[in-house]
Amino acid sequence: MTRAIGIIAAAAIILLFATLMIVIMPSMQTQSRSHPSEGLKPYSEQALRGRAVYVSLGCVYCHSQQPRDPAQAPDGIRGWGRPSVPGDYSYDNPHLLGSMRTGPDLLNIGARQPSVDWHLAHLYNPRAMVPGSTMPAYPFLFEVMEEKSASDVELKLPEAFSPGHRLIAKPDALDLVQYLRELDRTYSVKVIPTLDKSAPAATEAQP
Amino acid sequence: MSLSIAFLLAMTFLISVGGLALLVWALANDQFGMGQQAAETIFAPGEVGEVEDPATPSAARAVMQNARKAAHQASDSEELFERTIADQSSRMPVLFWLSSSMVWLLLGSVFGVIASIKLHLPDWLVQEAVLTFGRIRPAHLNVVAYGWASMAGVGVGLWLIPRLFKTALVGGHYAIAGGLIWNAGLIFGTAAILAGLSDGLEWLEFPWQTDIALVIGGALAAVPLILTLIKKRVGHLYVSAWYLIAALVWFPMLFVTANIPNLFVGVDQAMLNWWFAHNVLGLWMTPLGLAAAYYFIPKIIGKPIRSYGLSLIGFWALALFYSQVGLHHLIGGPVPTWAVTISIVHSVMMVIPVIAVAVNHHMTMLGSFRLMLYSPTLRFVVLGAMMYTFASVQGSMEALRSVNTITHFTHYTVAHAHMGLYGFLSFVLFGSVYFILPRLLDWEWPHAWAISLHFWLVFVGWGIYFWPLTLGGWLQGLAMLDPARSFMESVS
Repeated sequence: MTRAIGIIAAAAIILLFATLMIVIMPSMQTQSRSHPSEGLKPYSEQALRGRAVYVSLGCVYCHSQQPRDPAQAPDGIRGWGRPSVPGDYSYDNPHLLGSMRTGPDLLNIGARQPSVDWHLAHLYNPRAMVPGSTMPAYPFLFEVMEEKSASDVELKLPEAFSPGHRLIAKPDALDLVQYLRELDRTYSVKVIPTLDKSAPAATEAQP
Repeated sequence: MSLSIAFLLAMTFLISVGGLALLVWALANDQFGMGQQAAETIFAPGEVGEVEDPATPSAARAVMQNARKAAHQASDSEELFERTIADQSSRMPVLFWLSSSMVWLLLGSVFGVIASIKLHLPDWLVQEAVLTFGRIRPAHLNVVAYGWASMAGVGVGLWLIPRLFKTALVGGHYAIAGGLIWNAGLIFGTAAILAGLSDGLEWLEFPWQTDIALVIGGALAAVPLILTLIKKRVGHLYVSAWYLIAALVWFPMLFVTANIPNLFVGVDQAMLNWWFAHNVLGLWMTPLGLAAAYYFIPKIIGKPIRSYGLSLIGFWALALFYSQVGLHHLIGGPVPTWAVTISIVHSVMMVIPVIAVAVNHHMTMLGSFRLMLYSPTLRFVVLGAMMYTFASVQGSMEALRSVNTITHFTHYTVAHAHMGLYGFLSFVLFGSVYFILPRLLDWEWPHAWAISLHFWLVFVGWGIYFWPLTLGGWLQGLAMLDPARSFMESVS
C-alpha cells in the first residue's frame, strides 16, 4: 500500500510540474487575456455570433489561424499575413489556432477577401468561386427567397452554378461572413517572433 | 524574459539535485533490487514455462506449449483455483465496459468512414448541418477516444486488477454504475457535437456539462481499483499495476483542469488545449495499452519479461517525459519559443522509455515469435506493441523542428495519430478482449477463423490507411512549403 501511495503522489507531482513548465510559465509570459496587441479591435456583436457558427460548423478542423514565420514557411508569400503574436488572440475564446491546413490559414481572410458576396457564394458552393476546392458546401445556410424585403441579402452566383431559383442568406451565414471579414491582423506589432536569429529577417522574405 | 530564464535555470538545478537524491534513495532502499523475482509476480508458483491462451483451441494450445519447449513444474493448484474465482469476480463490470466500448467502436467507425468520404466528395451529404464534415470529424474522434479506447481500456484494466492483486475484485458494482454514467455522458456529448454545441477545442469538444458525467463515471470506475488494492494478496505490485494506478491519477487531473470553462483565452488556452490533448494519449491511453501488453505478452508465452528493473525505469521516464510534449503541436505558432523547445526536447527524450518498453516487449518474445502462428491474442498484442515502438519513434522524429515544418498542418499527423490509437492501442485491446472473454465466461470462441479474419482485415485496413496517408501528408507538406506552387496544389 505504501508503494501505491508513493506511485500516486509521484505521478501527481510529475504532472503538476509538467503543467507548470508548459502551461503556467509560458502563459505568465504571454498573458493573452490582459495584453491585446495595440491594433487589435474587439469583435463586433455580429462577428461574435458568426464566430459561434464557425465553431459549431467545425471550420477549425481544416483552417488554421496562425501564419508562421517566413524563415520557417512561405505563409506570408501566400498572403496569409505576418507571423502572429499572442496579443492577436486576446479576444479569442475558444481559441481557433487549428492544427490542419486542408484549407488556407484564415487569420487575415478579412483583409484579403472583404467581399460579402464572394463569401456567401463561396459558402453556398466553394467550387463556384475556387475551382477544384475540397471545401464542403453549406447550402443549409441559405433559403429560397419568397419575396425580397429590404434587409435580405441575396446570393449572387455565377450563371453556371445557379440553382435555378433565387436564394437569400440566413442570419447564420451573414454572421459568419461578418466574422470572417473581421479576421484582420494586418496592423503591425512591435515584436515579431523570430524562429532563429541567423535566419533572414521577417521583412526580407515578405513580398 | 530574463525572469523566466532565471526561473528555468533554478528549476533545472533543483530538479537535477532532486532526481539525484531520489536515485540515491532508490538504490539505498533496494527499489530496483527486486529484479527478475518481481517479473514472476504474475505467475503462480511453478507456472513459469506454461503457455496460457484461452483464445486458442486446446489442440493448438498443445502445439503452442510444445513449440514453447519450456519445462515447467506442476503449478500451485490452489493458487490457480483461486485465480479462476478471481477471474470471474469482475465479470459484470468488465462485460459492461467492454460491450459498451464495442458499440462505440462501431459508431465511431461509421463516423470515421463518413468523414473520410467527405474529404473526397465535398458535395456529399451537405444538406443538413448535422452531417457537415466539421461535426462528423469531432464526433468520430470523441467517440473512438472516449467511447471505444477509454471504455475498452478501463474494461481490460478492471479485469487485470484481480489478476495483478491476486484477489477477487472488490466493489465491482461501482464500476457498473460508473459505466452507465460514462455512457450517458458520451451520448449527450456526441449529440451535442452533432447539434453544433461543441466547446470548440480539439479533444475537448464535449460541452463541460456533459464532462461532469465522464468525471463522475470515471471516478466510480476507479473505486474497485482502490478497494481491491487495499485487499491485495501479493507482495509486489507488478508494473502493469503501476501504469493502471498512475493512469487513474492522471486522467482526472487532465480532464478536469482542461474542461474548466474560461480558465484561459487565446494562445494560453491553446497551450492548455495541447497540454491536455497529448497527455490524454500519453498519460491515459498509452498506460492502459502498456499495462495490458506488459501483462499479456509474458503471460501467454509463460516467460517473465526480460528486465524488470528496466520496466520501472521505463515507467518513470514515461511519466517525466511524456507529460511535457504537448506544445510540439504549436511549433511555429504564436507561443513562447522556449516552451515549445521544452516540448521538443521531451519528445525526443521519449526515446528512453520507448526503448525500455521495446526491450521488454520484443526481447521477451525472442525465441517465441513462432507462437504468434497459433495464438491470435499474441498476434494482436505483439504487433500492437511493435506499433507502439514505431509510433513513438515516429512521434519523436515528427517533433523535430525540421521535420515538423513539413508535417505540421498535414494529413501526415492524422496518419500518425491512427498509428498510435489504432495500430498500437486498438490492436492491444483487441488481443486482450480475445484473451479475457473466454476466462470471464468460462467459454471458448466458437470460430477461430473469424478471429484470424478479424486480424487480417484490421491489419490490411491499417496498412491501406496509414501508408498512403503518411506519404500523401508528406507530399502535402512539401507542396505547402514551396512558394512556387499554389496552395491548391497541396490539397488537391
